[in-house]
Amino acid sequence: MAEEMRIVLRNYGKIDPLKIEDYIAQGGYKALEKARSMSQSDLIAEVKKSNLRGRGGAGFNCGQKWSFAYGAESDIKYVVCNADEGEPGTYKDRLIMENDPQALLEGMAICAYAIGAKQGYIYCRGEYPQVIKILNQAIEQAVTKGVLADFAIEVRSGAGAYVCGEETALIESIEGSRGEPRFKPPYPPSQGLWGKPTIVNNVETFANLPAIVENGADWYASIGVPSYPGTKIFTLTGDVNNCTFFEVPTNTTIRELIYKFGGGIPAGKKFKAVQIGGTSGAFIPESQLDTPVAFDNMSTIGATLGSGAVFVVDETRDIVDVAARIAGFFEHESCGKCAPCREGTARIAEIMENINDGFGEMSDLALLKKLGRVMSVSCLCGLGQAAPAPVITTIEHFMADYQAKIL
Amino acid sequence: MDYKEIIASYADKPGGIIEAFHAVQSQLSYLPREVIAEAAQVFNIPVSEAYGVASFYSMFSTEPRGKNIIRICESAPCHVAGAAEVVQALERELGIFMGESTADGLFALEFTECVGQCQATPVITINGEPYLDVNAATIPGILAKYR
Repeated sequence: MAEEMRIVLRNYGKIDPLKIEDYIAQGGYKALEKARSMSQSDLIAEVKKSNLRGRGGAGFNCGQKWSFAYGAESDIKYVVCNADEGEPGTYKDRLIMENDPQALLEGMAICAYAIGAKQGYIYCRGEYPQVIKILNQAIEQAVTKGVLADFAIEVRSGAGAYVCGEETALIESIEGSRGEPRFKPPYPPSQGLWGKPTIVNNVETFANLPAIVENGADWYASIGVPSYPGTKIFTLTGDVNNCTFFEVPTNTTIRELIYKFGGGIPAGKKFKAVQIGGTSGAFIPESQLDTPVAFDNMSTIGATLGSGAVFVVDETRDIVDVAARIAGFFEHESCGKCAPCREGTARIAEIMENINDGFGEMSDLALLKKLGRVMSVSCLCGLGQAAPAPVITTIEHFMADYQAKIL
Repeated sequence: MDYKEIIASYADKPGGIIEAFHAVQSQLSYLPREVIAEAAQVFNIPVSEAYGVASFYSMFSTEPRGKNIIRICESAPCHVAGAAEVVQALERELGIFMGESTADGLFALEFTECVGQCQATPVITINGEPYLDVNAATIPGILAKYR
């Protein structure tokens, strides 16, 4: 059985997050010093070798991404931290920023040195005003201590738009525009913020870096599943005894998340389904619970690791009602830029509401499946592409529940 | 501070219009037409674009609303934890429906999606301050702090 292993949350509860001295006393900023003693290309090679993959959901090799920005010809480059944690049921980035903000700053500074950036931005969701205060205090202390050298970091606030978690929408928002995703390519490492080479990484990705630089790529690559090594923070919600968070190696199984760390289903009820990775994740039935949580293992069962949100529903829940609520979420959060998502999310929500209210027909299910297929290939960004997944997977695994509402 | 001074203080920040809107809204609770026009001028963009920004983000309002903004999370984890009962309790206590403001201008009632405090659902926020594990019984006590 997997045990909890804290890399990203290594200082959780051990330091005063608002005292940089505490962070330094735990060995903080030694990794940055070590990084700066290496050549940029050696540092990038080391990160690449660790096989750290983005913790924001897309799972791209972090060092490889950096190498694109490093190789891009430009006087000005940017490092951007995606702290627009909007995935329902997720609060891992808040935990990191509230409890160990310096680890994030150090990770960003390591990236800045690697690619040759002098300016960084943390784009923090507007729903976290208290976190923004902490980050600003942390930056002020880091500047006073001089640990960041010539790398400057500014915090920018979001204003309530789920789509801004998509990296090009996030960039648009920092630029002061509507947060609508851009057409790609070009990708941000070649043309990002204000048209300059830009690395956008998630909070959890950055917070991994000091430990990787300090302990070496081989150490990190040996933890968890080799194709997606390291740890992942999970946040549990819904029908579990422990609605809490924990950080575990990526070879932990879904069953362990729910029964070992989550303490199982309350009141002696039976498990029905679990949705992992956030609100666009697939609903997973009992038969697939022994899957390890690592990125590619989840892909093989048609699910995602995503943000690490774990939403459990027990046998007494009306899963059609839950899926209908989620369809409403996507209708609200679609930015409207591309027609397949703008129209598609609205139609899914409409059909699901009908079914949920008892006015559905069996032919609606075929319509939903077809619409889902079209959206998954034609929407401009991940929001629209993934939006049908909860509906499609609940039809697939819990057909009887739909039939009960339709007949 | 007057709204023109607030907006002017962000003029040197590239892309700072969103920060400026946040700052104005923390004083006025919404973004009046003249604020959007002023911001357009300061950031050198068409008024239509400035309005586009103001209307895109769910935390901004272009209509007047109550001073204390109550937002109720309706995302799935709060939904299954009983958010609907919290909505009913708030509507009953304040005598208004979701999306409305009280006649005395003290409260506005809005839906929001996940606010990232899912360790103790359901969750509401008032002016950004989260209240966890709320239920019909705890609502009056929470509201009393703002009355």
